Amino acid sequence: MNDQKIRVLVAKPGLDGHDRGAKTVASVLRDHGMEVIYTGLHQTPEMIAEAAQQEDVDVVGLSILSGAHMSLFPRVRDELVKRGLGDVLLIGGGIIPGDDVTKLESQGFAKLFGPGTNTEEIAKYVIAEMARRRAATGGRR
Amino acid sequence: MSATRVTTPVQSVDAQAEWELAYRSSKLRDCEFTTLSGTPLKPLYGPDDAPIDPARDLGLPGAFPYTRGVHPTMYRGRLWTMRQFAGFGSAKQTNERFKFLLEHGQTGLSTAFDFPTLMGYDSDHEYARGEVGQVGVAISSLEDMQTLFDGIPLGEVSTSMTINGPAPILLAFYIACGERQGVSPKDLRGTVQNDILKEYQAQHAWLVPVEPALRMITDVMGHCAKHVPQWNTISISGYHIREAGSTAAQELAFTLANGMEYVRRGQAAGLDVDQFGPRLSFFFDSHLDFFEEVAKFRAARRIWARKMRDVFGAKDPRSWMLRFHTQTAGVSLTAQQPENNIVRTAFEALAAVLGGTQSLHTNSMDETLALPTEKAVKIALRTQQVIAEEIEVAHVADPLAGSYFVEAQTNRLEQEAETYFKEIEKRGGVVAATEAGWIQREIHRSAVQYQRALEQGTKRVVGVNCYQEDEGKGPQIEILRIDPNVEREQHARLTALKKRRDAAKAKKALDDVRDACSGKDNLLERFIAAAHADCTLGEIADVLRERFGKYKEPRIL
Repeated sequence: MNDQKIRVLVAKPGLDGHDRGAKTVASVLRDHGMEVIYTGLHQTPEMIAEAAQQEDVDVVGLSILSGAHMSLFPRVRDELVKRGLGDVLLIGGGIIPGDDVTKLESQGFAKLFGPGTNTEEIAKYVIAEMARRRAATGGRR
Repeated sequence: MSATRVTTPVQSVDAQAEWELAYRSSKLRDCEFTTLSGTPLKPLYGPDDAPIDPARDLGLPGAFPYTRGVHPTMYRGRLWTMRQFAGFGSAKQTNERFKFLLEHGQTGLSTAFDFPTLMGYDSDHEYARGEVGQVGVAISSLEDMQTLFDGIPLGEVSTSMTINGPAPILLAFYIACGERQGVSPKDLRGTVQNDILKEYQAQHAWLVPVEPALRMITDVMGHCAKHVPQWNTISISGYHIREAGSTAAQELAFTLANGMEYVRRGQAAGLDVDQFGPRLSFFFDSHLDFFEEVAKFRAARRIWARKMRDVFGAKDPRSWMLRFHTQTAGVSLTAQQPENNIVRTAFEALAAVLGGTQSLHTNSMDETLALPTEKAVKIALRTQQVIAEEIEVAHVADPLAGSYFVEAQTNRLEQEAETYFKEIEKRGGVVAATEAGWIQREIHRSAVQYQRALEQGTKRVVGVNCYQEDEGKGPQIEILRIDPNVEREQHARLTALKKRRDAAKAKKALDDVRDACSGKDNLLERFIAAAHADCTLGEIADVLRERFGKYKEPRIL
């Protein structure tokens, strides 16, 4: 077991202004004892990867409700990889049709959460997945 | 106070005591009896719960304080406008959807723009990658606007445009588009949302900081009062505040507080309140709590009438009337068992009609998954038509007036709004409260509370936290996809336009906009000239960003 606090970046890529979900999830993760940094709105993929690096986070959670996920999500992943952050736990949520979920989950996204997801489920997932990863890597993520 | 009761027959003390005893000794369902916004409800409402003076607090339809509606005839004179919000892909595709809706009996148009347009970027801007045509139609120029309304005579339809930061620029495109069709601005009818305060608070599509944004709004009010007299210059919107998570009372209070700020700004700019007051319109959410929503609409009319007459000194009754558009609650829709959304939307639409709305958008069942398909949007429109034609509710004005419960809720919401107005005042007014992030945090707090209620099961949602079904990987309904070619074609059109236009004329028009930014000349007039010179949205917006700077979001979390 590693009881080091989990550090999470919750980010809003693109021009989408819908931040109710992102902020609610950020608050819930914080209530579960995680260190949560929320980027605010209108972030480019570069800005998000930059913040993830500076804040040395374990988890990056993206939220998008504008339909631009198939363009923006992979670009965020590429920017993370470019900075040597390919091993962060990358998750997302929003209005994402089932086919796109399948595609993104085969492109480096660990899990995507759709509308109506219980936020406790997201918190539990992050805690369990981080515990598994830390056990596998001996504490490093 | 000369408050009298709504009706006279009062139960005898004995009967009341007997009922209370029976109630207390009965087994009740295991649930929290509150409104959707969390306000506790009594099991029964009576005359003591609804102290009103009918003449002072209700009036008659078409008379102060308009609690009972803004028209003497209400829906006997004319039904509400059935106005489905539509826009996706290219201007040409949306033009086809508009024609489809008009053919099926829709009576007004309502335009949804994509995010680049909403934020004042052309389709070929770096920030627009992947977003062109996704949540609405991409409009970067007068040419796009002309394509959008091709074959639709602007002198004959009324058009609503949901745009805020760059609203004055899009309005300029629309006015110029009318002129190209040979329609005088005097004959244009419609609404531009143009409500920037709620953008900072909730919807988040802004262009420049608060003060210059407010100046552009008074420019629009001033120009339209003279030249586009049938145009609603602003649609003061609670919808996005509610969708972002606020309670009904917060939606009501923040919206009206924003409205009052616009009136103050108009007056401070030297405009007569009765010159622009009649062109202010409102836009509310209709959520799932049927009675609370009806009460909210009634309270909104009453508060606005009182403020406009007694605080701002408006003398024209048209300035006192709160006219509003309603949209059913997008957040109430579920991705699980999406057909159930048809039922939710029908109840919400009915609340809007019983609350006296002037126009209505009903959401489509598939909107938690993607933009609506033609089939889904037709069912949504038919829902309104069923309410209008089949269930006989449109014959009587304000039919729920005098209900102890509805009057009590109307009073409560008015009081809660007044409490918020005082709180906002204490924080230096609505602009200061927004710039400090206070309003945003209030909304966020309510959103988290509601989420908690859902997850603890104290609020139930069919298909989500009760009556669930295993739905496999996704719902089995058709989904609308935006063609990726739309973005490429927009790029080509913009390049061609810039090559084709008179470059010197376009440059001069942009320079004129730049000059007006630092002076006092009306910016809307300059935008219209720039539209005719084929300057693009992004070019005009860039001048504004250069002169006024960018808005910086306060920290909420």
